[in-house]
Order: sequence, then C-alpha cells, then structure tokens
Amino acid sequence: MNHRVESPETVAKEDSASPLSSLLTLGGGGSVPVIVGLILISIVFQAANQNFLSPVNLTNLMVQISAVGTISVGIVLVLLIGEIDLSVGAVSGLAAAVMAVLSAKSGQPAIMAVLAGIVTGAAIGLLQGFWFAKLHVPSFVVTLAGLLGWQGALLYVLGNTGTVNLTDPMITGIANTRLPVEAGVAVGILFVGGLAFTTFGERWRRQKAELETEPTVAAIGRIAGVAVGVFVAIAIMSVNRSPSGFTPIQGVPSAVPIFLGFIVIFDYITRSTRFGRYIFAVGGNEEAARRSGINVDRVRIAVFCLASTLAACGGILAGSRLLAVNQSSGSGDVLLNSIAAAVIGGTSLFGGRGSAWSALLGSLVIGSIANGMDLLALSSSIKFMVTGAVLLVAVTLDAYTRSRRQQTGR
Amino acid sequence: MRGISKRFGAVQALQEVDFEVYEGEVVGLVGDNGAGKSTLIKAIAGVYRPDSGQYFFEGREVNVNSPREATALGIETVYQDLALCDNLDVVSNLFLGREMVGPGVPGGLQPLDEVTMEREVKRVIRELAVRIPSVRSQISGLSGGQRQGVAVARSVMWNSKVVLLDEPTAALGVAQTRQVRELILRLRERGLGVVVISHNLADIFDVTDRIIVLRLGRRVATFDAHGVNQEQVVGAITGAVFGSSGGLGSAAPAAGNAEGPGK
Repeated sequence: MNHRVESPETVAKEDSASPLSSLLTLGGGGSVPVIVGLILISIVFQAANQNFLSPVNLTNLMVQISAVGTISVGIVLVLLIGEIDLSVGAVSGLAAAVMAVLSAKSGQPAIMAVLAGIVTGAAIGLLQGFWFAKLHVPSFVVTLAGLLGWQGALLYVLGNTGTVNLTDPMITGIANTRLPVEAGVAVGILFVGGLAFTTFGERWRRQKAELETEPTVAAIGRIAGVAVGVFVAIAIMSVNRSPSGFTPIQGVPSAVPIFLGFIVIFDYITRSTRFGRYIFAVGGNEEAARRSGINVDRVRIAVFCLASTLAACGGILAGSRLLAVNQSSGSGDVLLNSIAAAVIGGTSLFGGRGSAWSALLGSLVIGSIANGMDLLALSSSIKFMVTGAVLLVAVTLDAYTRSRRQQTGR
Repeated sequence: MRGISKRFGAVQALQEVDFEVYEGEVVGLVGDNGAGKSTLIKAIAGVYRPDSGQYFFEGREVNVNSPREATALGIETVYQDLALCDNLDVVSNLFLGREMVGPGVPGGLQPLDEVTMEREVKRVIRELAVRIPSVRSQISGLSGGQRQGVAVARSVMWNSKVVLLDEPTAALGVAQTRQVRELILRLRERGLGVVVISHNLADIFDVTDRIIVLRLGRRVATFDAHGVNQEQVVGAITGAVFGSSGGLGSAAPAAGNAEGPGK
C-alpha cells in the first residue's frame, strides 16, 4: 500500500513576500520598474547634458527608436510563444535592400517596391516558421541560419553598388513626413477617445452582466494618465524645433505613428482575439494548447511570419529615415537591440508573458541610453557595455520573477 | 468497452479487458504500477488505439480514434498534469480552444466575448463549488487543489457525460484531497459517469460506487465499494490470495473475460 506523505500547502501560501518582489511581479513582468528606470535615465542624462530633454532631441529619439521598435514588436510575438528569432536584423536589411533596388535601380513605383520588401519578409517568415514547426528544428538554429543566409542575400541583392540612395519622395516620406500639428493633435484625441470608449464600453457590458468592475476612479485615472502622456508627447513634437527659426520644423514625424500603430494593432490582437489567446497558450503550455484543439504548428508559423513581416517593416522604416540602404543595413546591434527592447520592456524570455507595449517601453530605454551617451560623446565601447549591463539586469529580473512564480505556483 | 487489448512491443499492456461505467456512477480504477490503468484510460480517451476490442457508447458501437472524437462524444479526461496554461487566467483556460467571440471584424480577428465567457465560468465554478480567489486569477497563483478543481470544471463545461480523472489526488494535501472528493461527488450528482484512477486507495475509497482492479493487464476483480473493505481490494491489486470476494465481482484471474456485456 502506498503510504505517501503529503506535503501540506505550505509552498502555495508564501505569497506575502517582500514589497519589492511584489512590485517586480506586478502584472507578470510589470511596466512599473521600466517606467521608474526611464525616469532615472532621463534625470541622469538631463543633469549631464541639458539638451537631452529638449524637444529636438526627444523627437529625434522617437524617430530613432521607431525602426528597431517595430522589429521589436515582432520579437515580442516570438518570445510570447517561447521561441526566439535571430534573423530579424538580417531580414530587415534584406527587405530594405529589395525595396531600395526595385525603386532606385529598377525604377519601380514606390508602392510596388515597398510591398515587395514587405512580401519578402513575410515569405521568409513563412519559410522559417515552417522549418521550425514542421521539421522540428529548434527556432534558435533555423533563425541563426537565417541570420547568415539573409545577410548574404542582402549583399547579393545590393550587388557591387554597396550603398543605394533612396530618392523617391514617397519612400523617403514614410518615416520623415511631419504631420501637421493639427493632425498630430487629432490622432492623439482619436487614440485617447478610443481608449476611453472601449474602457467604458467594456465596463458597461460587465455591469449589465453583473460582473464586478474595477473602481471608476482607477479607470478614469488610467485614461487620464495615458492622455497626459500622449498629449505631452504630441506637444513636445509640435514645438518648432528649427535651429535657425526661418522655416518652422514642427509636427509629429510619420515614423512615430507608424510604430505606435503597429503596437496598438498587435496589442489588440494579442489581448483580445482568439489568435492572441493561442499565442499565449502555446507559450504557456504547448501540450495543454494542443490538447485543447489548438493547431500549435499553425500558430507558430503565423507568429514567425508576422515577426519577419514586422522586421521587414522596421527595415523599410530605417531605410526611409536614413535615405539609404547599404551593406550594413540591419546588421550590428539591430538584432540585439530589438530583442533587448522586448525583454527590458517586460516580455519574458521564457514564453507566455508580455505585451506589445513592452516594445515601446524597452526601445525607449535602449534608445534613450544610446541617445544620451551620444550627446555625451561617449565612445561606442562604453555604449555597448552599458547596453549589455541594462539587458543583463532586465533578464535577471525576468528570471527572478519567473522563479518566484514557480515557487508560489506549485 | 469489451475485450480491449493493447501491446507495446513485447509488453502486453492490456489483455482482453472489459470496462464499463454508467451515468451517475463513480468507478475507481485501481491497480499497481504497470497494471495497465493509464493505458486503459488512454484507450478510452482516444489517445491510444487498442489492437483489438469494441467500444460502446450509450449502447451503440463507436469508433474513437482520437482525443477529439472522444471529446465529441462527451468523454473528457483530466490528466495528472492537468494541462492548464499557468500564464492564463481561469476563464481563458476553461474556454481554451473554444473561445466565444463577439461580432465585428471578420477574418478571425473578432474580439473575444470576455463578458459572456466570464459569466459562464462563474456559473460552473459556483455549481461545482470550486474554491478559487477569482475567475480572473492566473493558474500560476492557485494551489494544487484549486488547479485540480479548475481542470475538473473545464471537463464538465461542455455537456460531457463521462469524466476520466487520472490520479486526481496524487500531489495534494489532506484538505485539498477532501475538496477533490467533494467535487467527484458533485459530478455524480450531475449524472455524469466518473472514472477515478488512483493507487492511493484511501483517498477514493469512500467516494466510489464500484472498484475495478487491474493486474498485469487483466481485469482481475470488481467490487461493490459499499460492501468491501480496503484489505480485500489490496489483496486483489497485489494478487495475494484472499478468502471472500465482495460485491459484484469475483477474484478469479479470468474475471475480465467473464464479465457481462460492456457499456
């Protein structure tokens, strides 16, 4: 007979730990530490160089992070299913190169060139996702091979030209068009209004169904907080930042609403659709997802396809902003920064936890550190080391909250 | 089920086993390690295809070739590992793979109907009296007994008729085990057929109506749980010789073949 000594539920009841760790676990990764970190970074750099918080620099910062941030949205999706995509940098470069060559060398219309770049990304993602999901090669290896292979393809596409300058006004306008100030404000009103509308619509439906709702103050407070953030950002980008003052330079650069638009779309998809729910399920417990009838392979292929497509969009944004695509497009720290941004922003490396918004928070952290160190004219040796340290801290927090969850869980 | 056999290479996991469960009945399936309990459950759940044998459901012979086909019949399995997503809340887990969506954007991007799902989950949780802090708690924040409750709630949400519980009390403390026992009784009250696999007899003895004993891939005994004591069951499990056989069954080694028609 089996005389098993059952362990009482001591393990499950140690929730009441230190306030620090409960802060860290907040919201499964939590955006509070990141926002605190951002404020600290701003204070330090502003103290060192008073230009850091100037409208010019903050607007630059937002444009700088848009490309890597867009790539990072794709990384968030891949991390959510518990995988990794190391090819996004190379894919972003290749997609930009395809666009550049079609536009500048073959004289194709801008729309065709841009679409071809995006389709290139989508096709690569399908291939890599298929290889991983159906042939059961670890995603790490498939996309590492991709990193090398697509880098090669980038060189091949560019041929012996090396650098292709982008001249088509539509392509250069993707990232560099400044929205009229009124349009910027209108977008802000639309966004905050939409948030308020969905928040209160959901509350109304819950109340009608007699389900408990969060306190009204909390809902209003959250919307007000977002509104303040959005309108301060728009105001900063609407200030005339022309150094000479002759022709005014003001308005939100188009790269920013494109990047934020991707975040809003993928935030909706991940949180509020079946597909999004399946992404979390596959990342949380693949076997459970499979037994629930979810087509795990299809979710995986779709996610890798989206990640590469977003990488292509990021590459196109970067090319548009820099007015050129060259042999080093998408190489260097693009890959690392996009992964680091997702993780720093609070998306877990271990799958199943995170949010599209972490792409914004994380790329703000990485971008402002890089930008601040540029202002201080620090050498790239120091920049690499500091960024590495920040990434290490973020991953350590991630691993720490995960191990705490496992202790409290079982 | 009648005459189920399953062989893995040289191992005869099940040999001509009959198994039956009726509505509103709790059957305990017991046996030592390697007796074939898990294989039998997986055959019922459609995970394994038996090498031979017949499968009857509500009097008709059916073919069950996959877990999905078993689910479609109303046969749900709660495995020992529970198959819950730790990172999702109770509502998401109960509706996983069968989410309700609201109207709106076509193309698979309709918003989830969280309100209706939450209301539905609350109803089931209340009916089964599963004690959890909130239906919006993540599974990672629940205790083992609460998780078992959530997994069982999921299995009965979909008009299921038979629920198979694989070692539901294996990792639980005393208080949690009692909760699971109460849950099993409530499933019986709802008219479900419940199969509980366990090798910890004490945990399930008082909630079962019948106890079926497997030994070395054969059904060796069936007891009416109300007219038998634990020693007799243990005797059948271990194959020890014992005097009186209780209830419906006999302790003869060939009892599996001698049983009446399956369900």
